[in-house]
Amino acid sequence: MYQFQYFRPKSLDEARKLFENNGDAKFLAGGQTLIPTLKQRLAQPTALIDLGAIGGMSGIKVAGGMVTIGAATKHNEVATSVEIRKAIPALAELANHIGDPAVRHMGTLGGSIANNDPAADYPAAVLALGATIKTTSRTINADDYFTGMFETALEEGEIVTEVNFPVPEKAAYMKFPNPASRYAMVGVFVAKTKAGVRVAVTGAASCVYRESAMEAALGKSFTPDAVANIKISPSNLNGDLHGSAEYRAHLVTIMAKRAVAAANG
Amino acid sequence: MSAPIIGSAVRRKEDHRFITGQGRYTDDINRPGQAHAYFLRSPHAHAKIRSIDASEARAAKGVVAVFTGADFARDKLGGLICGWMITSKDGTPMKAGAHPALAVDTVRYVGDHVAIVIADTYAIAKDAAELVRVEYTELPSVTEPSKAQSAGAPQIHTEAPRNTIYQWELGNKAETEAAFKKAAHTVKLNVTNNRLIPNAMEPRAAVGEYDDGTSGYTLYTTSQNPHVARLVMSAFIGIAPEHKLRVVAPDVGGGFGSKIFIYAEEVVCTWAAKKVKRPVKWTAERSESFLSDAHGRDHVTSAELALDGDARITGFRVKTIANLGAYMSTFSSSVPTYLYGTLLSGQYDIPAIYCEVDAVYTNTAPVDAYRGAGRPEATFIVERIVEEAARQLKIDSAEFRRKNFVRSFPHQTPVIMNYDAGDYDASLDKALGLADYKNFPARKAEAKSRGKLRGIGFSTYIEACGLAPSAAVASLGAGVGLWESAEVRVTPTGGVEVFTGAHSHGQGHETTFAQVVAGRLGIPIENVEIVHGDTASVQFGMGTYGSRTSVGMTAISRALDKIEAKAKRIAAHVLEAAHADIVFENGEFKVAGTDRKLAFHEVALQAYLGHKFPTSEIEPGLKESAFHDPTNFTFPAGCHICEVEIDPETGVTKIVQFTAVDDFGNIINPMIVEGQVQGGIAQGIGQALHEHGVYDTESGQLVTGSYMDYTMPRADDLPDYKLGFTVTPCPSNPLGVKGCGEAGAIASPPAVINAVTDALGIKEFDMPATPARVWAAIQRTRAAAE
Repeated sequence: MYQFQYFRPKSLDEARKLFENNGDAKFLAGGQTLIPTLKQRLAQPTALIDLGAIGGMSGIKVAGGMVTIGAATKHNEVATSVEIRKAIPALAELANHIGDPAVRHMGTLGGSIANNDPAADYPAAVLALGATIKTTSRTINADDYFTGMFETALEEGEIVTEVNFPVPEKAAYMKFPNPASRYAMVGVFVAKTKAGVRVAVTGAASCVYRESAMEAALGKSFTPDAVANIKISPSNLNGDLHGSAEYRAHLVTIMAKRAVAAANG
Repeated sequence: MSAPIIGSAVRRKEDHRFITGQGRYTDDINRPGQAHAYFLRSPHAHAKIRSIDASEARAAKGVVAVFTGADFARDKLGGLICGWMITSKDGTPMKAGAHPALAVDTVRYVGDHVAIVIADTYAIAKDAAELVRVEYTELPSVTEPSKAQSAGAPQIHTEAPRNTIYQWELGNKAETEAAFKKAAHTVKLNVTNNRLIPNAMEPRAAVGEYDDGTSGYTLYTTSQNPHVARLVMSAFIGIAPEHKLRVVAPDVGGGFGSKIFIYAEEVVCTWAAKKVKRPVKWTAERSESFLSDAHGRDHVTSAELALDGDARITGFRVKTIANLGAYMSTFSSSVPTYLYGTLLSGQYDIPAIYCEVDAVYTNTAPVDAYRGAGRPEATFIVERIVEEAARQLKIDSAEFRRKNFVRSFPHQTPVIMNYDAGDYDASLDKALGLADYKNFPARKAEAKSRGKLRGIGFSTYIEACGLAPSAAVASLGAGVGLWESAEVRVTPTGGVEVFTGAHSHGQGHETTFAQVVAGRLGIPIENVEIVHGDTASVQFGMGTYGSRTSVGMTAISRALDKIEAKAKRIAAHVLEAAHADIVFENGEFKVAGTDRKLAFHEVALQAYLGHKFPTSEIEPGLKESAFHDPTNFTFPAGCHICEVEIDPETGVTKIVQFTAVDDFGNIINPMIVEGQVQGGIAQGIGQALHEHGVYDTESGQLVTGSYMDYTMPRADDLPDYKLGFTVTPCPSNPLGVKGCGEAGAIASPPAVINAVTDALGIKEFDMPATPARVWAAIQRTRAAAE
């Protein structure tokens, strides 16, 4: 990697000042994407601002039908949280299948959704559960947060501090992993909430998105059969060495069907 | 007396240091004052180098030197070589282009070596490499073997028109054509053998050092055959005379063939050490391993089988295009020829075989031997087409094979090999039992009730290892002999040091070789030390590849014959008995019919004292050596049976049962052999289901250049294997051993793909059977049916 300056601020305020005072600074959360990118010399920030020492950014709280997870909370903490296992087991299961144990002990929720990798798992949960993202300056609805490939509604210097997940009636996440990387080639998160059914798809397209035809069908009947015959158009989906857009489109239906079955237990 | 040590599952002696992090690999070696090297590589698949300006890099703080191909050429050094001459069917020698260690005016694949940047630290070297200004003129590239010979394809080496290195043949063309004319039935199959990238756990590394006081070089390197590396670097490249070049291959973390070859990096680091007057160290990053380790396989083949009215195979013809990459690696020419065509008879009595192979250059990393080397490619074709024949003739796959098995030995095939021993019915029968073959239909029906497609596939394979009788391989073009050496030194206190030319990089030689010695001399295994991998201690050796350590073990066995003979003569004097009355058993020299005896260590001491025997007749000391040249290959064989379940909704193939019964002859250490079988099958399953080295056909970039895109088999992809063994001792060596390191990788891919095609009910399917490809095949089948 190229040379850069390294800072480890103790407060969000200090982090913001460092960001403002360093030309091309990047925030470092768990580093599971950023560090490999640096090692491959694909990025050349002048400074890394490590958010790991800032107090109050990590932790899990379940109260009043809401699961609140601090942005610096590691995947493994979510995966093994007894409270989350009770409140939104699908979320704990999702976290339990991100990367490998090393990744789960370093990677963070905030880092994942700030990066918004099109094949990451967390964005599917955030979007399907209708979570709200709290940042250093505001609160953003999931529907407004994920704006494109590796792009979010976050402004320059804005830091995710916590994510609030409303507890659904039922939910499940079904991932078809890329055979090589084991990122989601297609991941479908279905959630049945008081407000209705939400279906979020990750991995298949350039950014996580909601599959409205499936939401409508599941709103009428929350059964696997309701989505089994919904054909997804491949036209905006990814195609690569590991699978064509047609294959991914097909997998969206299959994963949705299986996710509903799993949600129904 | 406890159980004999030969044949026992002795815990591996080397594992203590490996498991506790005390192994000493090349990257663990740091020499005083060493500098670090980074290789600047070509970003283009094919380009002319217009100019290289390294002045800014050379001026950077901490940079020691930058050398290019021009600097290397100025020292009048040779290029890298291919050590096996193949002659085309028209009688012309193969057409090899030059293979400079550092590119001179052209780069021919992404990753080709352009310059070495040497600096105080690796980071500085890597930073400075970005300051080297290289001006390229990009040229069109070709990466696919099937396109390399076409009229419009770019010419990669002027020496090889139409990128064709050789057009080789083997077998009897006229007899084979006659067999097809008379055939009652013929079966055709097109087969692609996918390119693999080796991915040894330890990346390649080298530390070159020059001692001005002695004018001697030392190279520490990740090599499977350090003596051959020294020979090539001395005799062909001209770095230094052999006696002034020491090559050390310390602990090596896996090779699978990829560390047989002599690579640019180790040559250049050694040469540069003298230029910069400092040791020069290089360790590959994983990305460099993907780009620049010699890859494996990459064949395109069409095959045809002729059968008579009684379902007996009467003829077999095969036409293959083999991709050798941008340059010919050290043994690349032999892989798709004498390690391939010679195995096309499989376990079957086929009277006429004819094989043609075109080897081609492409703008890809060089391709050379990779676990199995030619034999997996041959076995894949044979076992796929035999399976297809059984299906077309509607004969049970096992019974069709049985009908065509070779049953009398020795058996001369039409493709050079003379099978010395085997019992193919025995391994098939045992495998059918372990696999519970008769209940497969019930399992298939049960899987169907769960919506899964279950299939079964066979592979009754043979391979040739124990490379190889030297005169025989010389007649086929080999530039080396393939004997092995051993030296046995007995210390005055009865310890035994064995110096072997074989090299262990995961095979467990320090244990199995010690078992052979301890069993033979009747001494504890702790008293035996196996020394390998250093040209300064081992006189010469050919190294380890091709499951050839039966040759090394036989050399040890022969040296032990000499030790025993001399020790008997000494014991006779010490015991004051006639030489003819001395017997050696259980580690004791006894006077037959008496209670007078000497333990092995007592005779060793007497040998060094020289007090009790006439030193004018018998030299003091106890040290013997042997060079063993094998009289034949060894022929491991067996039967692998794979069962898969395919999820038709996703295309995911799961191996639900895998049975392997192998005949490796006598087994020295069953635990180590099982480990070799398991690793080999894992690699074979990797090829069949997961691994695929892919270049972009337009840009020539390696698409699968990291683990993000190159799929390695993982533990949860693999079943719990059912393993079994049958034993027909090898008649050509005194231990009766064959070889076991490659069998799993050779036998398993066709078993897996035969199971996949059985499950899907289709004929042709190219590896790897990834979910997307299997799903696409299901869609094609459905579309065709509609």
